[in-house]
Amino acid sequence: MSKPNITLNVRQTRPDTSVIDIQGEINAFAENTLMDAYTLATNNGARYIVLNFEKLDYMNSSGIGLLVTLLIRTQRQKQRLLAFGLNDHYRQIFELTRLNEAITIFPSEEEALAVAI
Amino acid sequence: MSDIEHPGENTHSGIWAQPVDTLDAGDAPEGLTAINIQGRRAIGALQGFGQLWKKTYKVRLTGVKHSTMEVMQVWKENFALFQPPGNRFYLPSDGVTPGKIMWIDSPLPVAPPFYDKPGIVPMTSGVVILYADDESFSVMTPEGFPVSGWNNFSVFEEEDGSLVAQVQSFERASDPIYEFGFRFMGGAARQEFIWTNVLTRLAEYLGVKSQVTMERECLDPSIQWAYTGRVLQNAGVRTTLHKAAAPIRWVLRLFRGR
Repeated sequence: MSKPNITLNVRQTRPDTSVIDIQGEINAFAENTLMDAYTLATNNGARYIVLNFEKLDYMNSSGIGLLVTLLIRTQRQKQRLLAFGLNDHYRQIFELTRLNEAITIFPSEEEALAVAI
Repeated sequence: MSDIEHPGENTHSGIWAQPVDTLDAGDAPEGLTAINIQGRRAIGALQGFGQLWKKTYKVRLTGVKHSTMEVMQVWKENFALFQPPGNRFYLPSDGVTPGKIMWIDSPLPVAPPFYDKPGIVPMTSGVVILYADDESFSVMTPEGFPVSGWNNFSVFEEEDGSLVAQVQSFERASDPIYEFGFRFMGGAARQEFIWTNVLTRLAEYLGVKSQVTMERECLDPSIQWAYTGRVLQNAGVRTTLHKAAAPIRWVLRLFRGR
């Protein structure tokens, strides 16, 4: 039986910025967990939400739908969604699905946070 | 800091298509034109014109004595067979393979009451197989296709042990013509009929009579006017014009043959 296999850590780095550290798998079963993390970040007052993919184990195509849902929610809240820590394989997937045109990808957390100032 | 944790089992590994700048139609099925695939870019739900909809269709396969992987194998092998009349799918010769094109010849409807009948506006295009694993696969649409986005087909097990087959789409109408068609000419109803029919036929094939449930959510009601120009790539218009010009092409071939 498939269950969520994901751990999310929400870090508030500045009053208007939260980093969501992703560990595990992004698939359909991660939806509630991811949206809970987003809600927590938003309740903390985040205008910038930065996804940390450094410890991402796996993402299937259902994960793309989750990221789109998350992206739309941030856009409707006038927030900005950023990302860092993608390896080459997942960078390619972001290019393939054209998510990279809406979610800016950075090489490191420092560079992502620098934009969020 | 806050942790939100759900440790669980590892899922199966899958294969993603390789990124390409433009699509290669390859060999077209007999009688179909490649004009709406060859050289087109694959586009997602973020690059479409109309409202963004998430639609989830599910059918419970209660009593089916197969694994999720076995059901998905049946689905992949019979994907074209389960389509309703008038909605013709052509799988790649090597099956559901990421990066390959799944051809679609599916006339578009022109009136809401006839959504369950084959349409009359010719439309030939295809989708690129984006991802596949043992329990799911996904497709992504090219420029000019009626919708811009992704469809995900999956089989999973619920907590009570029942299997569920699911189709989930994230998509926008690609251009203003399609958005009008979806809202006022039966396009949305036709689409929902197609996937409901597919899941019903999958269940029947496995010996189950079960009701398909459908949930729809408008994730973004806004129109992306920047993509109005996509009408120039509209596969329905281009297929219709291509068919209408067939006599002219025939005459030109005669002259070239001399």
